[in-house]
Order: sequence, then structure tokens, then C-alpha cells
Amino acid sequence: MAFLEKACKKAFGKALWVYHANAGACNGCDIEVINVLTPYYDAERFGIKLVGSPRHADAVVVSGPVTRQVAPALRRLLEAVPKPRLVFAIGSCACGGGAWFDSYNVLGGADKVIPVDFYVPGCPPRPEAILYGVALALGLVPKQVAEEHLTQESLDQLAEGGILQKEAHG
Amino acid sequence: MLTAKLREALICFRAGRVTLPYPFAPHDPAPGFRGKITLDPDRCFGCGGCANVCPAGVIQVRDAGQLLRVLEFQWRRCTYCGRCEEVCPEQAITMSQQFETATDRGDDMVMRLEVFMGPCQRCGRCYTPPTPLDRMDRTGFRTSDGGRS
Ligand code: SF4
Ligand code: SF4
Ligand code: SF4
Repeated sequence: MAFLEKACKKAFGKALWVYHANAGACNGCDIEVINVLTPYYDAERFGIKLVGSPRHADAVVVSGPVTRQVAPALRRLLEAVPKPRLVFAIGSCACGGGAWFDSYNVLGGADKVIPVDFYVPGCPPRPEAILYGVALALGLVPKQVAEEHLTQESLDQLAEGGILQKEAHG
Repeated sequence: MLTAKLREALICFRAGRVTLPYPFAPHDPAPGFRGKITLDPDRCFGCGGCANVCPAGVIQVRDAGQLLRVLEFQWRRCTYCGRCEEVCPEQAITMSQQFETATDRGDDMVMRLEVFMGPCQRCGRCYTPPTPLDRMDRTGFRTSDGGRS
């Protein structure tokens, strides 16, 4: 079974059929997703095809902050997608709720309801950013962001000249 | 009918290749594009103005004791409006052109900045780094053309 799952995952790189679920998006992200499928950006190069039923899909593309009404439907939708499957959260809304993250009528992001494999932040993300997310999932490009912990110069560094020196040199 | 089809075929043939080679070749956004926020830690003095205007509540400010203020940027829900860049008095926040921010870990979309603060000897409230003199040293005085001395 594990072998079969691995083989399926490998085949994703050749033909990834996606189902697009709008979970309360403002349509900005939906338009960009459609943009990615046009001949100009041409996601079909990677074998990506939009399908009309979750039962035919290998991946689900979720946009929107997941409103309360749509949450049970989204859960049921994911159950209909055969495993192994990928879930993409497209846009800041699906990644973390966007500007509505604490609104009474949204749950604040797709990962509050269903497990998400790849996040594509942006409001809306550029079509290139979505393509990048897909390419990341297919292992074609390296990841570029990481958690950042920034600190200021300590007093000792300040005593040695600190930022003024740095600016003079830089 | 046939000639119309032939003409259409000719048009498509003449157009050549229109598909963008991205992601195999870079495709930079137009100037003015607002991408992921970047921070210059040494410029920030913890005023919290950015947190005040952020429509998505990306920026959380909390004081970890009297000497340290922690700014946490949960930029997974950033709407790229650029308000924080606009209001920051020290230009500590800038919108970069980076759009390739897709990730498979939710925690990758967090930035944490620790700002040194000094408590007032009288009221105990935080103010900007160690002493006001240090502070002036660090930001410098503005010259007439808006630059820093
Ligand atoms: S991320 Fe922005 S563009 Fe996308 S659905 Fe949310 S508000 Fe609309
Ligand atoms: S760009 Fe807008 S949404 Fe993003 S952190 Fe700045 S103020 Fe908040
Ligand atoms: S980033 Fe700018 S606006 Fe935000 S707390 Fe620091 S100095 Fe103030």
C-alpha cells in the first residue's frame, strides 16, 4: 500500500488533476488560478488539468478564508478526493484568514478545517507565485522562505560603532 | 469556411511561442509590485505604528519584560496593502519584490523581531533604545534633503 502511495505521488509530476474549491474567496484568487491555466502561463505543461469533480482529482486548490457555511462542505469534499492527495491553500485568505481572520463568520484559513500541504500566500498571489507553489510541490524549485528571528544590535555592538559604522562601510 | 480555418492556423503559426518559460526562467514583477515584507531590525524602535494600521492584524506587539519588546509578524495573512511601510517612521519595513513565498510549513510564514527598549526611571514605561542619546546616535539627524547624517 505504501509502495502504491509512493508510486502515485511520483506520478503527480506527470499528471496532476486539480479540483478548485472556493471557500468564500472574493474571486481575486479564483481569477488568478484560472489565469495559471491559460496558454500564457500554461500549467498544462506540467500535466495540470482542472476537473469538474473531486472524485477525479489528485489535488484540491482551496481559496478563501472558509466561511462557516462552507466548512462542512469542504470537509465532505476532501473525503471524496482519493488518497494520496495534495491540498493547496491559495491566497492569504486560505493560508491564514486574510483580513477576516478573526471575523465571526469565517474559520480563518483552510488549515483550520482540512490538512493543507502547500501554502501560497498573496492577495491575490501572482500567477507566477501559484506556478511556483505547484513547481515546489512537484520538486522542481527550492523553497525560499523560512522562519525568521531578528534581533537588534546589542549594547556592545553599539559601543563598537553599530549601525553608523555599518552604513559608512556598506 | 476552409480559408477561415487556414487563416486562423496561419495567425497561430505566425504568433510563435507565447507561453512564459516561468518557472524555468525568472520573470520579475513590474516596479511598484508589493511582495513579502522585509524588516531592518536596527531601524525599528518598537513604536507599534505598523501594528496599529495593519488591516489583517499581521503584527502583534507584546512586551517580554521591561527591556524587550517582541514584534511578531504572522505574514501568512498579510494582504500586501503596504500600509505598514507607509506609516513606519523609520522605514524599518519595506515591501520587497519577492513573490516566491510558497511553502509547505505554516511556521515558515512567521517573522519575529526583538526590539531593545529602555524603561523610564520614573514611570517604568518603555521608551526607545538604551538612552535617548544612543537613539540619536543611531538614527542620526536629518539633513535638509531628507538624508541621514
Ligand atoms: S487572498 Fe485576497 S484575493 Fe484571495 S480571496 Fe482573499 S481577499 Fe480575495
Ligand atoms: S502590508 Fe498590510 S497587511 Fe501586510 S503587514 Fe503591512 S499593513 Fe499588514
Ligand atoms: S516597524 Fe516601524 S512602525 Fe513598526 S514598530 Fe518598528 S518603527 Fe514602529
